[in-house]
Amino acid sequence: MRRVVITGMGVFTSLGRNKDCFFQNLVQGKSGIRRISQFDSSSLSIKIAAEIADYDPLDYFPAKQLDMLDKFAQFALIAAREAIESSGITIGDEERPRFGVVMGSGMGGAGSFDAGYHNLYARQATRLHPFTIPRIMHNAATSHICMEFGAQGPALATATACSSSGHAIGEAFHMIKFGLADVALAGGADAPITYGMMRCWESVRVLASGNGNPATACRPFSADREGLVIGEGAGIVLLEDLEHAVRRGATIYGEIAGCGMSSDASHITQPTVDGPARAIRMALAEGEVAPEEVDYINAHGTGTRLNDATETSVIKEVFKEHAGKLAISSTKSMHGHTMGATGAIELVATVMALERGVIPPTANYTKPDPECDLDYVPNQAREKPIRTALSNSFAFGGLNAVLLVRRWE
Amino acid sequence: MNVGEKVVEIIAREQHLDPAKVTMDSTFEELGIDSLDGVNILFALEEEFKIDIPDTVAQNMKSVKQVVDSLTRVLEGKDISDLAAMAKGGSPAASS
Repeated sequence: MRRVVITGMGVFTSLGRNKDCFFQNLVQGKSGIRRISQFDSSSLSIKIAAEIADYDPLDYFPAKQLDMLDKFAQFALIAAREAIESSGITIGDEERPRFGVVMGSGMGGAGSFDAGYHNLYARQATRLHPFTIPRIMHNAATSHICMEFGAQGPALATATACSSSGHAIGEAFHMIKFGLADVALAGGADAPITYGMMRCWESVRVLASGNGNPATACRPFSADREGLVIGEGAGIVLLEDLEHAVRRGATIYGEIAGCGMSSDASHITQPTVDGPARAIRMALAEGEVAPEEVDYINAHGTGTRLNDATETSVIKEVFKEHAGKLAISSTKSMHGHTMGATGAIELVATVMALERGVIPPTANYTKPDPECDLDYVPNQAREKPIRTALSNSFAFGGLNAVLLVRRWE
Repeated sequence: MNVGEKVVEIIAREQHLDPAKVTMDSTFEELGIDSLDGVNILFALEEEFKIDIPDTVAQNMKSVKQVVDSLTRVLEGKDISDLAAMAKGGSPAASS
């Protein structure tokens, strides 16, 4: 069976526009959460988000290309460029049919939907801009990446809400492992900070308000947590067949050793313990890793009452007494919940933690919750050599994706 | 500004082109305008002139001159049913 390694990584987030800046800010416990500035948010009850400050698309794209790109596809392309650049790869013409792309997005072109429907309903327009469909479709990010980098192999998009990019990376991992492709870009992108989308999320009543202090609004696993914070951005990894990577003398950042996927088949928003637990066990089994070998879990850790308590139960269920010895952190406390991008952004955080021997903290942790009684690496990054880690993604809809990664030695 | 100048201005704006490069003799092919760009230009023209251009006519607009001719006739309220057939005729740009 082929082994699959990570040879390139890119992120575009509120906490940093490239992976090094992003990880440095994570380790320092900084926050990317702020008052929304991209539209007038004064009428919203939740006015905060993990927004990429001062983003100007013209810094990255010519005007003609931008006509065709919703913001989520822009973010995807920017992160893909970093992933390719950091890999040093050049793909020859004959290799293109073996170069795949899998990108996740929870919301697709939410901003283009919003603008189009505003014209239709509020301004009584009788027709919409002809680029509306190519901008809003969920596969737009995948297709634009294929076009920019000449990827002609298997290419698809995943839409499993908050697990979208966990599933995307899992699918690309299996494609390479089972010989359908040699190289693949995989990750996710979302740009859900729009007036309409914020109203949708407000109505679910799972958002933290921040009470005037956006930076500390997201407090996963803390007794006083009040919900999640919506974020925007993208994360992408370049996955490669190990032999292919070694042949070209690539720098290897880490190895994907397993991916577990499961469905709760229970409730559309309320998570179970069993579903996520099965996904974790499946990832461990694929990587032939014993529970005791896992050093770190980058948690789904949204900061909602229900998720964090359930995730804690899941970890105890799978790891038994080892659960208390694991380091667990939720980096969403800093980069927010970037929806379909979050699994990929967190995988990059996890791989960099393995690579550098520094575990990013769970920021804004104030006091223990009896229902969340594990080691969440509160507030301070921890220097500790780690070899094996998990990145959890548990979505609305009960669809779970868990990635198992190993430090490359 | 006459119809021709307005059309040139709109095409240049929508395609992010230098208006000096868009002339009455330019074909869409020369200007790098693909089918989806063409639909976008049509949309902009319809918005600007507050008119509807029938699909049969629109599909055969492959040069600046064809656009101006069709628009002029639509604006003058003339029958344009013959335009589609006309454009389908000899023009190589319309053969795709």
